[in-house]
Amino acid sequence: MIKTGSQNKIAQFFIKNNTYIIFLILFLACSIASDKFFSVLNLRNILLQQCAPILVSIGMLMVVLTGGIDLSVGSVMAVGSSLTAVLIVSYGLSWPLASAVSIIVGAIMGTITGLLVAYLNFQGFVASLAMMTIARGIAYTITNATPINLSKATLHVLSSGQYSYPIIWITLLLIIVFTVICNFTSYGRIVIATGSNSEAVRLSGIREKRYILSVYIISAILASCAGIFLAARSGVGNSTVAEGQELDAIAACVIGGASLAGGSGSVPRTVIGAFILALIGNIMNLLSIPAYPQKIIKGIIIVFAVMMQVFTDKRKEK
Amino acid sequence: MKEKEYQLEMHHISKQFNGVFVLQDISIQIKPGEVHALVGENGAGKSTLIKILSGAYTKDAGEIYIDGQKVNITSPLDAKKLGIAVIYQEFMLAPDLSVAENIFIDKLAGNKRFINWKKLQNDAKKQLEDLGFTDIPVMAKVRDLSVAHQQVVEICKCLTRDAKILVFDEPTAVLTLTETQKLFNVIRLLKEKGVSIIFISHHLEEIFELCDRVTVLKDGNYMGTCSVCDISKKDLIQKMIGRELTQMFPKRNATIGDVVLKVENLSVGKNIKDINFEVRSGEILGFSGLVGSGRTEVMRAIFGADKMKTGKVTFLGKNVKFTDPKCANAYGLGYLSENRKSLGLLINQSIRVNTTMASLCRVTKRGFLEKKKEKSYIVSLLETVKTKYGCIEDNVSSLSGGNQQKVALAKWISADCKCLILDEPTRGVDVGAKIEIYNIINKLAEQGVAIIMVSSEMTEIIGMCDRVLVMHQGRITGELQKENLSEENIIKLALKEVALV
Repeated sequence: MIKTGSQNKIAQFFIKNNTYIIFLILFLACSIASDKFFSVLNLRNILLQQCAPILVSIGMLMVVLTGGIDLSVGSVMAVGSSLTAVLIVSYGLSWPLASAVSIIVGAIMGTITGLLVAYLNFQGFVASLAMMTIARGIAYTITNATPINLSKATLHVLSSGQYSYPIIWITLLLIIVFTVICNFTSYGRIVIATGSNSEAVRLSGIREKRYILSVYIISAILASCAGIFLAARSGVGNSTVAEGQELDAIAACVIGGASLAGGSGSVPRTVIGAFILALIGNIMNLLSIPAYPQKIIKGIIIVFAVMMQVFTDKRKEK
Repeated sequence: MKEKEYQLEMHHISKQFNGVFVLQDISIQIKPGEVHALVGENGAGKSTLIKILSGAYTKDAGEIYIDGQKVNITSPLDAKKLGIAVIYQEFMLAPDLSVAENIFIDKLAGNKRFINWKKLQNDAKKQLEDLGFTDIPVMAKVRDLSVAHQQVVEICKCLTRDAKILVFDEPTAVLTLTETQKLFNVIRLLKEKGVSIIFISHHLEEIFELCDRVTVLKDGNYMGTCSVCDISKKDLIQKMIGRELTQMFPKRNATIGDVVLKVENLSVGKNIKDINFEVRSGEILGFSGLVGSGRTEVMRAIFGADKMKTGKVTFLGKNVKFTDPKCANAYGLGYLSENRKSLGLLINQSIRVNTTMASLCRVTKRGFLEKKKEKSYIVSLLETVKTKYGCIEDNVSSLSGGNQQKVALAKWISADCKCLILDEPTRGVDVGAKIEIYNIINKLAEQGVAIIMVSSEMTEIIGMCDRVLVMHQGRITGELQKENLSEENIIKLALKEVALV
């Protein structure tokens, strides 16, 4: 039949771009549901808000591509946020130096998780679960679990409109960098291949463990940056932030079509996945839905988004 | 109703995978108390047929009758209820439970009350004695038993389920000669009790010794059934291969040069010892032996995939130590692993990713992939190995077994190896693709690559190799030059018990 040919093409288009289509539909729905949604202020707010979750989601995606999972990102964010604030306020470091130190500390935590997973054969879930507790403990300890206020002159420049919102541009740059890494470098190719079948990669003469280690480091570095962004935006270094952020990051990856078994996933789609989650939260706020029912609705929408992914994936296989 | 002449009948069974027939119109009938051999080359469809019988696969077409009654087997549970049991090479035992518990595992699972240990032990003892085994301690952990005894436990377990049809899938591959004889006694005993037995084996001698009738499969087709008295070994092989041996293996004009790889005193784990051999450029060295004789372990240790206990490896005159596959690859040693789905290929990745996996540096510039260059390189490479594919972005899982194997080979060809270890290079590949793979191997040898070919297929070893080493229980039991290569000579060495020092 001739007709099925063109029908197939349309279907193929929808299947190929399902994440983007879900996002567009949601975006339109939000614009219709609330007249406050489609305003410069609100959209800019969403962008500023999403910088941190997007970075964490990209880091999570790198780990998920290898077939692992990193539950420690939320806690590592908290370390990034509170350590930077402590270094600025109590030790008088300049904000770039304090940020750099926080990122290095994050990298060390990622290295430990990565070493456990790659060389001591811990499951990613277990190793990062331990690191999640440790990092949260570190954040509490260094701040005594009290928020640390930063003066306007320091970290705030990162998210200030005066300098045209640097965190948005940094995030955009990192999205591009990681998209390129995943698609056009041998590093990205090997990371994805490792998630597909690490033993086959090893037998192809590649030291796959180094790549596994590296993704945990990347994930922790991006989480530290995200923590610094949070502190920059709120002006407070806080040890209790980003609890449960790891789950949102995993959800963003999955909504973006990544397989938790490893070997497939894409950076732009994961970013869209993070935005889908953000839109859901944003529109419910605008519609003044109370916080607790919001969680229920969010969970249900995640299920539907992933169901659509699974459904279209099956179609793709046929 | 039909008269009960046959215990089991399978009529016109067909099965397709991805549009390729792996079984086409197969019919087989088994009489009560008969030992029926099922033979054919690897990939002939024996296992698929057994998996349909045991409910692991569902058939696309055909009918199955048991005791003249039509049955519908859709799951392993159905098969179990109908009294069909399969003894696989990998036993379905719980290694940390006792012999008695394993034998009666079904009954234990259904029992809501406490276990009557005394009764359990006595019943188990009786089961074992019925088969003539009084020396297996019923309370020992299965893990601690020899493979042969584990097999007996597995058989006992099936008998407690009132199995009427017992399938043995290459049961002797893991047994020594004396153990094989013991197993045959057990099978004869079962036969007297009226159990129907399907016996799969590559060893034709065993079939002539033990079986009543034999059915031959080839490339998923039924080639005939006959009584073992009515057929000669030569005719049987003819039927299995379906052609004269010489046609299968193309001629090769390789000149044998210097030693590329030399292995001395290699030992791996507990069982593999005293491995010494060398292979020269342009030479095809075969490794034969039964499954489990340690060939793959030796190769993996040389390649650095597993640790070797002792041993000296000399590669191109240099003393080397391959601590991981990366080292081996860097020196120019490649290893095509025996199981392409789990070890060789990234089955859910594209042909592109797979083909250049072992030679990424060839298509990478400062860390960036040169995708255009990569594409034209892959296209020309896959053309030289005659791979049929749609587009290089397609998943390798969309290819047929033969074409998948060619991609796996291409991966190593592209790595520019000086020495290539091919572990079961034609497993699960149809005959046409086999010949093409032989051609590729010959071409590599002609280019001066030293080739080590591990294969369980005798015909292939005999047809392809310049020299063959035979292994048995972790040791090399002999070397055969081209002129002495025969199935008989190989089997003799493969079953030889080495006097332990």
